[in-house]
Amino acid sequence: MKRFVYINDESYQNDYCDNQISNTKYTLWNFLPKNLWEQFRRFMNQYFLLIACLQLWSLITPVNPASTWGPLIVIFAVSATKEAWDDYNRYISDKQANEKKVWIVKNGARKHIQAQDIRVGNIVWIRENEEVPCDLVLTGTSEPQGICHVETAALDGEIDLKTRVIPTTCIGLDSEQLHKIKGVIECPIPDKDIRRFDANIRLFPPFIDNDICPLTINNTLLQSCYLRNTEWACGVAVYTGNETKLGMSRGVPEPKLTAMDAMIDKLTGAIFLFQLAVVVVLGSAGNVWKDTEARKQWYVKYDDDEPWYQILVIPLRFELLCSIMIPISIKVSLDFVKSMYAKFIDWDEEIYDQETDTPAHAANTAISEDLGQVEYILTDKTGTLTENKMIFRRCCIAGTLYGNESGDALKDIELLNAVADNSPHVIKFLTVMALCNTVIPIKSPSGTISYKAQSQDEDALVNAASNLHVVLVSKNGNNAEIHFNRRVIQYEILDILEFTSDRKRMSIVISDSQSGKIFLLSKGADEAILPLAYCGQQIKTFVDAVDKYAQLGLRTLCLGWRELSLEEYLEWSRLFKEANSALVDREWKVAEVCQKLEHTLDILGISAIEDRLQDGVPETIEILRQSGINFWMLTGDKQSTAIQIALLCNLISSEPKGQLLYINGKTEDEVARSLERVLLTMRITSSEPKELAFVVDGWALEIILTRYKEAFTELAVLSKTAICCRVTPSQKAQLVKLLKSCDYRTLAIGDGGNDVRMIQQAHIGVGISGREGLQAARAADYSIGKFRFLKRLILVHGRYSYNRTAFLSQYSFYKSLLICFIQILFSFVSGIAGTSLFNSVSLMAYNVFYTSIPVLTTVLDKDLSEKTVTQNPEILLYCQAGRLLNPSTFAGWFGRSLYHAIVVFLITIHAYANEKSEMEELSMVALSGSIWLQAFVVTLEMSSFTFLQFLAIWGNFAAFYVINLCISTIPTAGMYTIMFRLCRQPSYWITMLVSITIMFF
Amino acid sequence: MPAYSKFTQQELPACKPLLTPEIVIAAFALIGALFVPIGLASLHASRQVVELVHRYDASCVPVDDKVGFIQNSRTDKTCTVTMTVPKYMKSPIHVYYLIDGFYQNHRRYVRSRSDKQLRYKSAAHLTSDCVPEGDTADHAPIVPCGLVAWSLFNDTYTVRVNGVVTQVNKKDIAWKSDKNNKFGKNIYPSNFQKGRLIGGATLNESIPLSEQEDLIVWMRTAALPTFRKLYGRIEKDINANDNVTVVIQNNYNTYSFGGSKALVLSTASWIGGKNNFIGIAYLTIGGLCLSLAMGFLVLYMVKRRYVS
Repeated sequence: MKRFVYINDESYQNDYCDNQISNTKYTLWNFLPKNLWEQFRRFMNQYFLLIACLQLWSLITPVNPASTWGPLIVIFAVSATKEAWDDYNRYISDKQANEKKVWIVKNGARKHIQAQDIRVGNIVWIRENEEVPCDLVLTGTSEPQGICHVETAALDGEIDLKTRVIPTTCIGLDSEQLHKIKGVIECPIPDKDIRRFDANIRLFPPFIDNDICPLTINNTLLQSCYLRNTEWACGVAVYTGNETKLGMSRGVPEPKLTAMDAMIDKLTGAIFLFQLAVVVVLGSAGNVWKDTEARKQWYVKYDDDEPWYQILVIPLRFELLCSIMIPISIKVSLDFVKSMYAKFIDWDEEIYDQETDTPAHAANTAISEDLGQVEYILTDKTGTLTENKMIFRRCCIAGTLYGNESGDALKDIELLNAVADNSPHVIKFLTVMALCNTVIPIKSPSGTISYKAQSQDEDALVNAASNLHVVLVSKNGNNAEIHFNRRVIQYEILDILEFTSDRKRMSIVISDSQSGKIFLLSKGADEAILPLAYCGQQIKTFVDAVDKYAQLGLRTLCLGWRELSLEEYLEWSRLFKEANSALVDREWKVAEVCQKLEHTLDILGISAIEDRLQDGVPETIEILRQSGINFWMLTGDKQSTAIQIALLCNLISSEPKGQLLYINGKTEDEVARSLERVLLTMRITSSEPKELAFVVDGWALEIILTRYKEAFTELAVLSKTAICCRVTPSQKAQLVKLLKSCDYRTLAIGDGGNDVRMIQQAHIGVGISGREGLQAARAADYSIGKFRFLKRLILVHGRYSYNRTAFLSQYSFYKSLLICFIQILFSFVSGIAGTSLFNSVSLMAYNVFYTSIPVLTTVLDKDLSEKTVTQNPEILLYCQAGRLLNPSTFAGWFGRSLYHAIVVFLITIHAYANEKSEMEELSMVALSGSIWLQAFVVTLEMSSFTFLQFLAIWGNFAAFYVINLCISTIPTAGMYTIMFRLCRQPSYWITMLVSITIMFF
Repeated sequence: MPAYSKFTQQELPACKPLLTPEIVIAAFALIGALFVPIGLASLHASRQVVELVHRYDASCVPVDDKVGFIQNSRTDKTCTVTMTVPKYMKSPIHVYYLIDGFYQNHRRYVRSRSDKQLRYKSAAHLTSDCVPEGDTADHAPIVPCGLVAWSLFNDTYTVRVNGVVTQVNKKDIAWKSDKNNKFGKNIYPSNFQKGRLIGGATLNESIPLSEQEDLIVWMRTAALPTFRKLYGRIEKDINANDNVTVVIQNNYNTYSFGGSKALVLSTASWIGGKNNFIGIAYLTIGGLCLSLAMGFLVLYMVKRRYVS
């Protein structure tokens, strides 16, 4: 499917939507039905609605329907209000964006209109520092070379400036002509890929000779970018409104469910089944008792012939009595504590990065418990374990290694001398360093030059070259200027063969303005460049140098060049242009064409760049491994560098303590054999106390993941550590998926755009807000400033969250079951007819107030101090294994509630027997007994007490008496005077005291 | 920079009780030391209460067809029982009727009443909750309506101590709050027990509901199928070995559902009537705690010596 955009032609403009942005989920009219529909998609809500509806039938309801409707409406109202508020804020910000004034061309003249009135095909004018209102194809800029600079931070989080160029067919049009151009742009239907725009443009006569010109993402200005360093730019609107790249990439990601949530859901299901069983058993028993016994009880006055539905009445009454087994408060309570966990993470000073002024942030507030249950951490290397602060350290030029002694090539006298002597090899090397990149030099008014680079490696190379007196001074469109020893050298950049993670290299074609010679400059990973060396070149020294540097943990890049003949270039250039204007499979076709040029290179040398480990990385990994977490390192870097970094950061141990098993091979058979061998070794040595780790590279991994998934899965289960190098973003995600399929809780941590997919795939995604932009941090559930904060995030926040939620959720069931069991026990002494012992107000208050408020302070509970936990990380094993919330702990709570219910009930009916067995009094005694128990159970279960906990537990306890005394003064209430009576009776207090002591046994 | 406060950093000062062996032993000992005296006091109070229980439902019906006897309005249901008081009983002596196997807490029964009707004169027609004793056959509202009122207990007792008729005071047997607030002073019974089936007692239509104390007591429904309700008080001491003769009008039908009836004479103490349960519970727990404390102490000592 394609879209044809006719420039400046109003007759076609109504084919597409206008530029009105709408991020709102609801409108004023559909809010109520849509919101209700969404809320009722949850099982719990359906359940409570059914119960509430059944309660409207007065024949069966044991309590006032308000006791369920009240909380239900409150819960719905709270969540609807939250939704409405969020939506209103979105509406306001949409409105601001929509009503912003922009200049467009209409009937050949510029007009000032609101952004929402832009139509596809309009020419939009933007001035410096203005936001781009919709996706545009650039047609003109103020710069004579036809370039402009944009900041794309809002789109992809990268803070560097990107250069955008106008399509070649538009070069040279002046501002007057730009008002009048007509033409057609053929572009794909809207999609969300912000790195790709495979389209072409054709201007209608009289402007250009009707030639088709290809368009790429470099010819576009996307919505939400800012125009920088350029006076003005104009372009044709191609995608508008919600169909822009930004609009399409918006969307709600799948909500993640924690292991605990899944467990709670399971337990809720079990309780629901139990409830049904109770209803069936008691319902039938009730019907039997009614037919055999109740008919003799003349005072109950059952009719002899009853309607058919009477057989359902008693079971349904029990259903309603037991409905509180599933506590209505649990969802609200869980939401509350979860958002508190997230806040504590946001607030935490110890994981606040002072260097970059970034606090930790929990973007996903619902999954903190999972942090405590992580079993596998999959980590990126560059920027995550390392600083991603690249410094040029060493190099090997034409067989000579520089920087070996001092560890800094820039201070190596030999190299400085070579530069001063104009050594041709060194100069070529430095020229490639300075030119073969996409760096933009920016000259400040004072004359100093700073570089804006998308890649930290390029930045390091350009800076190093400039320190060695080969200075990239400016880059204006296709012209680059280099200063070398007070000489100015001009180059024309003819083509850029871009870097992709598949090609692992980038090249640029330049022509020397003086001599007119054309050169191909290439740089890339050694295995992507060295094979391209011309026949006969001795590359052994380079291979050795690469090995040597890799062992030092340095990142190596291989630099090469070749002179091109004009004919060869022109021939190739045609193919390249063709490939670039392809609408389908463009990336693949371009790569194919690039390969045609990149061969028989003259290898100039190897550059080695240091990327230091971040502070505290080895300690963090050590501690987290002690706590039973397995680490996998997934990196795009080469094997030797990866292993070196892994050794440096304690991920693997060197021989003889540890052993590395390599899975490699070029063909399927080799890989299969290698995998088999590694698996065998793993099986044999799994009992030995040797730290085994396997190393696999992207090539072998691809074969394994498609062919030998089972064997690899077994390997994954056996191996605690793995290093996967040369992996692509999608392989990273596949590995996460593989571990997830083995039922492991995975955490993926990374910092760059290539980690986004793995971060989204993992149970928990952690982004490091680092130098590679915010892309990863934005996609992540948690963003932190430094890798070492992961320790605290997991051991402190994760563990506390797990413990607290385990208590809160089970307690919520416990207290509901307790009151429910008392009701059931009471039904045995009330003719199994479904009488409620408790009145409606008490039941409701018990569930949503007396027993819900105190337990919320569990967010402050700390079973062990933070110090103890970080010193004894093994303790995390309890959380990982889910020791605090599982069917058996739940069974414990279940038994406890049954036991407590029996105790409270028996004591109550024996202490308040005979002349005291008045309904209201007995009910209040049983309720008080439960409340006393709750105060002590909560106290007993918490480990540390701040004043807030004291306040909540005992304040709530006091509130129970105050509230009931207040109700007891209302003459119309059933409870009138009851609480006053009870409080005057010594036997009441004695009964309470004995109820709670039984709890200890 | 995140806002710093002790709360946001989760560093609020907290006390962290540790359950050391010493504390556990001390706690058990303390509970034991507290509970044994309370248990003794309760048990003592309960044993102070003098209680006479006489079951009369079987002995008061001379024939085999008990249901037929009780449902026949023409049979003479007078019945005399004699008891000997074992211990001195100090006034006031409470006279209760005890019914066993009567489910006043049955869902259908307990809800069959209209509190509004009992309270407000204008609410006489609010009988919808009272099914199936709401209205008469010709749709006139019954006051008081509902099964609870309809099944009002109607045995009567005349007490003689050593042959002397002794007044059983039926004043103030109901809760004062019920008389003042729950039952209207200007509401009189109407259409009560006029239906085809007569449930229990009839009411004097010239006395307002607030003064119908037997009804008020009855309508404080019992939570358990065995219950006692206050019939009246004897405001005279009875000496040990005195003969108490009670003439019972045995009207109330507990025979059709196999329940039992008894007459109870009881004094009261600070914990109420005779009830050994609390005392025994306290003594048991107290004793258990003390022995646990002892046991733990021994274990603790032995272990400490063993360790050292």
